[in-house]
Formats: sequence, structure tokens, C-alpha cells
Amino acid sequence: MIVLDILTWLLVSAGGVFCVIGAVGMLRMPDFFTRMHAASVIDTLGAGLIIVGLILQSGFTLASLKLIILGLLIFFTSPTASHALANAALARGAEPLLADDEGEPSSSPR
Amino acid sequence: MSPYRSISVIATLFLFWVVMSGYFTPFLLTMGLVSAGAVLWFAHRMDVMDHEGHPIHLGKNAFTYWPWLLKEIVKSAWDVSRIIVSPALPISPTMVRVKTTQKTPVGQVTYANSITLTPGTISVAISGDEILVHALTREGAQGVADGDMDRRVTAFEGLS
Amino acid sequence: MIYVAVVLALLVTLALALVRAFQGPTVFDRALAGNAVGTATMMLLAIFQFISGRPEFVDLALVYGFLNVIGTIALQKFFRYGDLGEPGGTEGERR
Repeated sequence: MIVLDILTWLLVSAGGVFCVIGAVGMLRMPDFFTRMHAASVIDTLGAGLIIVGLILQSGFTLASLKLIILGLLIFFTSPTASHALANAALARGAEPLLADDEGEPSSSPR
Repeated sequence: MSPYRSISVIATLFLFWVVMSGYFTPFLLTMGLVSAGAVLWFAHRMDVMDHEGHPIHLGKNAFTYWPWLLKEIVKSAWDVSRIIVSPALPISPTMVRVKTTQKTPVGQVTYANSITLTPGTISVAISGDEILVHALTREGAQGVADGDMDRRVTAFEGLS
Repeated sequence: MIYVAVVLALLVTLALALVRAFQGPTVFDRALAGNAVGTATMMLLAIFQFISGRPEFVDLALVYGFLNVIGTIALQKFFRYGDLGEPGGTEGERR
């Protein structure tokens, strides 16, 4: 089972790395809407890789079925929550920071 | 109302009960079946058992659409991660309006959720047959405006 | 232990998300950080079942996930409409 352990370690650690990258992005990004893109890295690749790694570790058991349900839960609800947040922010008048027409990345705050 | 939908709902609910409980005694299995039946009855009374509440007709198309969506998610999550870790932070946030060609609300929601699920693009608002998309980079906005995902979701919807 | 790296990474994620939650500046940033904290906590609970050898923890992760999404949507609805009682209306009305 040493191969499975190594595979699990690789997948789970890669998921952890993507979680940290997403969190760093949430700190670095200049405004709310761009931060949402960073947060969605945590919800998709970070959580997804960790769940796949854990499923490999638990094999054909009820625990891995529950992990699959956990993955499906994130798969269906995280875009809904993101859309609700983005829509509410826009409706409350949050101005998204947009790049100007010359293609200059406007990474400075307004 | 097709009986297949009721059978599918009760089977899904009962499977959920079994996975969550993990006990296989006759009493608990019977309780699970009774609970699933009760929820089915409530769902009928609430009139949510239509093609929106439990879209079984999408089942077979999901096996072709979801793998493609998964591939797109991994690809764009990788791109967004590269943007985040690069010191210059090369973002060019863009808002675009894209037309949707789906015919049903289920198809539109699938499309909007697919856009949001892909890191780098978020569907911010839906009005009529247009989705307002916020993209992290200009290339990402162009990718949505090209409409590849739109065509695939319309094929996934499978009514045309 | 094969989980040391990922647990440390998730703890760092939690700390960074908390920094964002304290900094704000808008309430939606804080809600977004709360959502990220929820996801990281779900993953920690799911991993903890393998560390402790008690499979109940994945159930806790599931409950946390359901509460997380309901909490996020309730929060955004509250800050959008000012209370939770109004009917939501369609998305098209607001832009």
C-alpha cells in the first residue's frame, strides 16, 4: 500500500498548496471581484485534489461514498454561493475595478 | 408526471439515507424507506417534482459534459494560480455580456454555474438571455465570449 | 504521517483568510473570507478522520458544508435586502 500512500500524499499536498495559493491571492488581489477568482481556486482545485486523495486512501468504503457526496456538495453549492455574493455586491453598488482599454493591468487601487 | 421520476427520487433519497447511516439493520432500513417515501410525498405536495426539481433527463448527457467541465476547471484554476504567484500580478479585470442559447432555466443555470465554477470567470447577473460575466483577465473574457461552453451546455441540455 | 503537509497548508489558508476577514474592507470581502474558512475547515475535518481513525468526522464535514453554504447565502441576502423576510424576486429586476 506504499504506492497508494505516496499517491495520496502527492494529491493531498498539491491540494494544500492550491489552497494556500488561493488564500494568498485573496490577500494580493486589489478588489472584491478579483478576490472571488482567487477564492474559487480554493473551492475547486484545492478541495477537489484533497478529496480525490482521501478517496484513494479510504478505498471502497462508506467513508469514500461520503467523501464523494462532500465533493458533489462543493461542486453544486460553491458556484451558487459565489454567484449570490457577486450579485449582491453588484446590487449594493460595489464598483468592479476594470482594466483600461490599453490593456494595462491596473493593479493599483482606485 | 412520469413514474420514473418518482422512482428515481425515492432511490436517490434511500441511497443517501443508507450512505449517511451506515447501519444495515432491518429496522433502520425500513425507517429509511419510510422517510424517503415521506419526502417524496412532500415533494409531490409542494409541486417541485418537475423537470427542474429533479432533472433526470440530463443524466446521460452529464457523462460527456462533466468530464469536459472538469478539464476546463483544472486548466483555468492552473492559469489563475500562475497569475496569483507571479510577482507582477498580471490581471486585467473585464466585464462582458454574453448571450445564452439555452432554452430552459435549467440550461441557463447550468451555464451560469459552469462559468462561475471555472476560476477566472464569475457570472455576476442574469437578465433575459444575457449573462454578465466578470473575468480576471481579458483572455478569460474572450474565452467566454467565444461561446464554446455555451454550445456544449446547449448540447448537454439536449432539447434542440 | 502523510497528512502533516496538508494540515499545515490548510492552517496557513485559515490564517490568511482570517487576515482578509479582519481587513475587509467591504462586508462582502468578509463573507468571502468566511466562505473560504468554511471550505478549509471542511477539508480539515475530512482529513482528521484519517488522522484520528474515527470515521464520524466526515459527517461533521458534511454538516459543516451544508451550514456553510446556507450561512453564506443568508448573509448575502441580509446585506442585500436588509432583512431575511422579503421574497427574493428574480435576478433581472436588479440590473
